[in-house]
Amino acid sequence: MEEIGNAFLIAFDLLRSRDAALMEIVQLSLWVSIIAVAISCIIGFFIGAALSVYRFPGRKVIVVVINALMGLPPVVLGLIVYLLLSRSGPLGVLGLLYTPTAMIIAQILLITPLVSALCLQVLEEFNREYDEFFRSLRLTSLAKIKTLLWEARFGLLTVGLAGFGRAISEVGAVMIVGGNINHATRIMTTAIALETSKGTLALALALGIILIIFSIAVNAAVMALRSSSKVQVHA
Amino acid sequence: MLDRVEPQIQSDAMQQAPDIAVSFRNVEFSIDGKRLLHKLNCEIGKAGKTVIMGPNGAGKSIFLRMIAGLLKPESGEIFIPPNDSEQQRSADISIVFQNPVLLRRSVSANIAYVLKQQGHSKKTIARLVSEALVQAKLEDRAQMPARQLSGGEQQRLAMARALVMGSSILLLDEATANLDPASTFIVEEMVDVASRAGTKIIFITHDVRQAKRVGDDILFLHKGRILAHKPKDAFFKEPGSEEAQAYLDGRVIE
Repeated sequence: MEEIGNAFLIAFDLLRSRDAALMEIVQLSLWVSIIAVAISCIIGFFIGAALSVYRFPGRKVIVVVINALMGLPPVVLGLIVYLLLSRSGPLGVLGLLYTPTAMIIAQILLITPLVSALCLQVLEEFNREYDEFFRSLRLTSLAKIKTLLWEARFGLLTVGLAGFGRAISEVGAVMIVGGNINHATRIMTTAIALETSKGTLALALALGIILIIFSIAVNAAVMALRSSSKVQVHA
Repeated sequence: MLDRVEPQIQSDAMQQAPDIAVSFRNVEFSIDGKRLLHKLNCEIGKAGKTVIMGPNGAGKSIFLRMIAGLLKPESGEIFIPPNDSEQQRSADISIVFQNPVLLRRSVSANIAYVLKQQGHSKKTIARLVSEALVQAKLEDRAQMPARQLSGGEQQRLAMARALVMGSSILLLDEATANLDPASTFIVEEMVDVASRAGTKIIFITHDVRQAKRVGDDILFLHKGRILAHKPKDAFFKEPGSEEAQAYLDGRVIE
């Protein structure tokens, strides 16, 4: 118990002094997650918007697959990306394994189904509301998509934040494809796993505290966004 | 979801009847096997304001949506003459719904949106938006979020947005049903201005006084059938059927 108490004290000290090793890990975590979320949003919003507007054979199958992919275990996804990027894999020639890029790829594959599914859910509601208006204007599908994305902008920002929350807390896939290499691919979640197994609880706790702060911040941002006056007046 | 159905444009018959705005030929419509429109035949003239009346469930909204191309007839044909203006417009028929569908943007951006879809230049859009706001008496609300307007103001905005498109036919589906007298007056005024400018107005109302005040001819629907289509004075003098008379008297129609 005393050990845990000491670990907390050391953790707060590391945070207060902005320990260089700690900050490096935090920065890489943020960098990987933000890039992955940005790319996932571009892809996911396009998929979600297209599925909300276009009606074609097999559409429901795609929706089911996307929903199923949301529940894909990250370690399985990590394994798939590992096989693709390993030296003997089809993309091995790119030499991406154990790099932040590999981690970004894994996170993109992990988050995109979530972003797509949530985006579809948001846009379908808007599309129902605007359907007759759009058809009375004889809008093209592309014009409908552009309008829907803009009309749902606040809802989609929440979707992006949900994606970020998922990305920043992910450990399984990035551990496999990143390798948790010090000063190269070590991020908060993988560092926590490593430091805990080594018994270095202080650093693990410090990182844990930061992760919790991020989690609270993301949720607070979502709540603030929902209740912000700008969103309310356009509700 | 259905895409907008292109009403069949022009026919030999229409060429021979250039004063016709909309023509229904044996139009039928069903939902889930229930027949809602029965072999409708009618011709609605290009001039003036046609009021569609009838009890709930008569098929008025379906009738209007068919003209707008939002619903497709199960059988029969709907003819709409071609737009004879020089500029090809993206939509020659505008519709205003009972509950206004507004974008989550400012009042002026809502009007600008439809003009942008029609491909107007920024300068033209700014001018037309300004004119439309004045007509709808919303010039002091231009930058307000549209969905923050009162119900009456929202409907006036929806009207302004529909009119600014310059369509030759304007459809109103109980557009004043939820409005206070002042907003109803402004909407009727806008309808009047548009009608005088040559826009064909077809609107649904349950308000008999409004129909007398605004309409030029009345089309009475009951259980998916047209029971009367007469000039206003003739209809209110002699509705032509027990059902129409009962409707005007406020009695329950079987």
